[in-house]
Amino acid sequence: MEGVKDVILQYVTKEYLEDDSEPIDFESPLISGGIVDSFSMVSLKRFLENKYSIQIPDDKATPEAFDSVNKIAVLVEEFVGKKG
Amino acid sequence: MSHIGSYETRIKDFDWAISEKELGYKPGDVINIGWYATDRICQMGKAAKTALIHEGFTGSEKRYTYNDIRLASNTIGAFLRGLGLKDEDRVCLFMDRIPELYLGFLGILKIGAIAQPLFSAFGDESLLVRLSNAETSAILTQKKHVFKVRKILDKLPYLRHIIIVDHDGKAPLKEREVAFSLEGSKPVENLECFPTKAESPSVLHYTSGTTGMPKGVQHVHYSLISQYLTAKWVLDLQENDIYWCTADPGWVTGTSYGIIAPFSLGITQCVLDAGFSTEAWYRFIEKNRISMWYSAPTAIRSLMKGGDEIAKKFDLSSLRHLASVGEPLNSEAVVWSERVFGKPFLDTYWQTETGCIVISNYPGMEVRPGSMGKPFPGITGAILDPTRNEPYAAPGKIGLVALKFDWPSRMRTYWRNPEAFQKKFRNNWYMTGDRAKMDQDGYYWFAGRDDDIINTAGHLVSPFEVESALLEHPAVAESAVVSKPDPLNLEVVKAFVTVKPGFVASKDLDLEIMNFIRKKLSPLAMPQEIEFVDSLPKTRSGKIMRRILHAKEWGEDIGDTSTLENE
Repeated sequence: MEGVKDVILQYVTKEYLEDDSEPIDFESPLISGGIVDSFSMVSLKRFLENKYSIQIPDDKATPEAFDSVNKIAVLVEEFVGKKG
Repeated sequence: MSHIGSYETRIKDFDWAISEKELGYKPGDVINIGWYATDRICQMGKAAKTALIHEGFTGSEKRYTYNDIRLASNTIGAFLRGLGLKDEDRVCLFMDRIPELYLGFLGILKIGAIAQPLFSAFGDESLLVRLSNAETSAILTQKKHVFKVRKILDKLPYLRHIIIVDHDGKAPLKEREVAFSLEGSKPVENLECFPTKAESPSVLHYTSGTTGMPKGVQHVHYSLISQYLTAKWVLDLQENDIYWCTADPGWVTGTSYGIIAPFSLGITQCVLDAGFSTEAWYRFIEKNRISMWYSAPTAIRSLMKGGDEIAKKFDLSSLRHLASVGEPLNSEAVVWSERVFGKPFLDTYWQTETGCIVISNYPGMEVRPGSMGKPFPGITGAILDPTRNEPYAAPGKIGLVALKFDWPSRMRTYWRNPEAFQKKFRNNWYMTGDRAKMDQDGYYWFAGRDDDIINTAGHLVSPFEVESALLEHPAVAESAVVSKPDPLNLEVVKAFVTVKPGFVASKDLDLEIMNFIRKKLSPLAMPQEIEFVDSLPKTRSGKIMRRILHAKEWGEDIGDTSTLENE
């Protein structure tokens, strides 16, 4: 789980934050905090699907489920688990 | 009793003088929106009334009375004037929905400058074309967005001041930057408003076109007359209402009905500066006892997706009146809102160019779910036969939505682009670019766009702009961008791409291109789907036939292909 979280945190930091932005952590609000908007969520979802070779159904990719690195990691684990 | 009373009675003897009289305006007078939205309300004895309840994403709340927003807009106006900014200078607002966005907008108008709001999620390329076109003199922004301005600064010789409203001193200010703190400034009690007249320019909103770069839609201070009355009669804003317009002031709804109309009516309004979540929205309504809610179909469909049960967890009984804007509101959403909130969302139709609601459903008028409603009193609409550009003799046929261009808040021109402005007219009708039909009783029913513009979640995206940006990616040889149907956003952006030799289409390249457009233009313009193809359909003269790709996405007949290169 820690590995997944680190990967997501690193990706969000690289793609959605600027160099001089305040750093974020696993609990930082991504959607409600305005770091990732609902449109940008699509590219974040695509990243996760590519990275972990999973398919996240649209009804699971809700703003609530994507609102922190911790929550996203739970979602990813669920689908990685299903794959096996 | 609603403000409009009977729609049928109102259309019989309508005159915009009704609004002028209520606002105490006489033709030829000075009319300054900034003053009307703040000083006038205070002079009416409502200085202590709450004007704005603002909640940030952390849950922190700030409240402003009408006297507070009068002082704050004075203070910002005085600061801008102190920098040497003057009437008709373009001053951009590039911020999240923080209080300074709303108060800065009013401050800019007070000094007679032109407010140019831009959506804060815009990337540096989107920002550059809009600031260059307007020859913007100053920009008010936040430290989290200033990096985008810095990236393009070399290309903006007219931009003299970059005003950072939340500079904390941790990093040094750079070239042309200046810090401004509203809370740290001494409130300016008296600011002499610039004596703008009816036709003085006020707001410059940029909108996407099918071809060419975005166009600046230029409005004037007299727009207040329509914005005030449409808000009163359609949104039915009443003295004790707590109003929530969910639109961002980077777009026209967020200024016309998120700043100008509610403040000039002396209403209390709420702003939630946080990303969408079903629970957060319902909690916000419950907490603030929102009574009038003006939102958008995409948000409503997102709430629908959340289900009925979640709504039952909150006390939403304060909701009195609901309306929607941005894209057609499907009948299911109207029926759903009646079931869940006990009230239907009334669809309203208008555009950046119209400045105010022009076709709408009204309180007290029979709601026909899925219909756009009827023209606002004083506004003449028609469905034109596209072969003659004349109104159809009988209802029921799909044609072009056209309007007689004569109401106060209509745009006056496209900024420094009179040719594009003239192209919006045929036979003296203003062409909206939308198609619809009218039923026997005069209700309009939306049928679609008449051009290639993509309406995604109520925001217009130009395929041309996205195609141009795609070509700047090193792997992209050619591209064609069309809309794709989407259950939540109505439409989303889809790109067809051919890759250059040496590059291979892959999932990683797909994601790389998506992120490239997101950062360069905006998340709205980011293709939600990229299809790599060997070639694009072209005419024999080499022009990409977007309409064929569009038809395939929508399952429509591809029509005449006789000019297709490979036929």
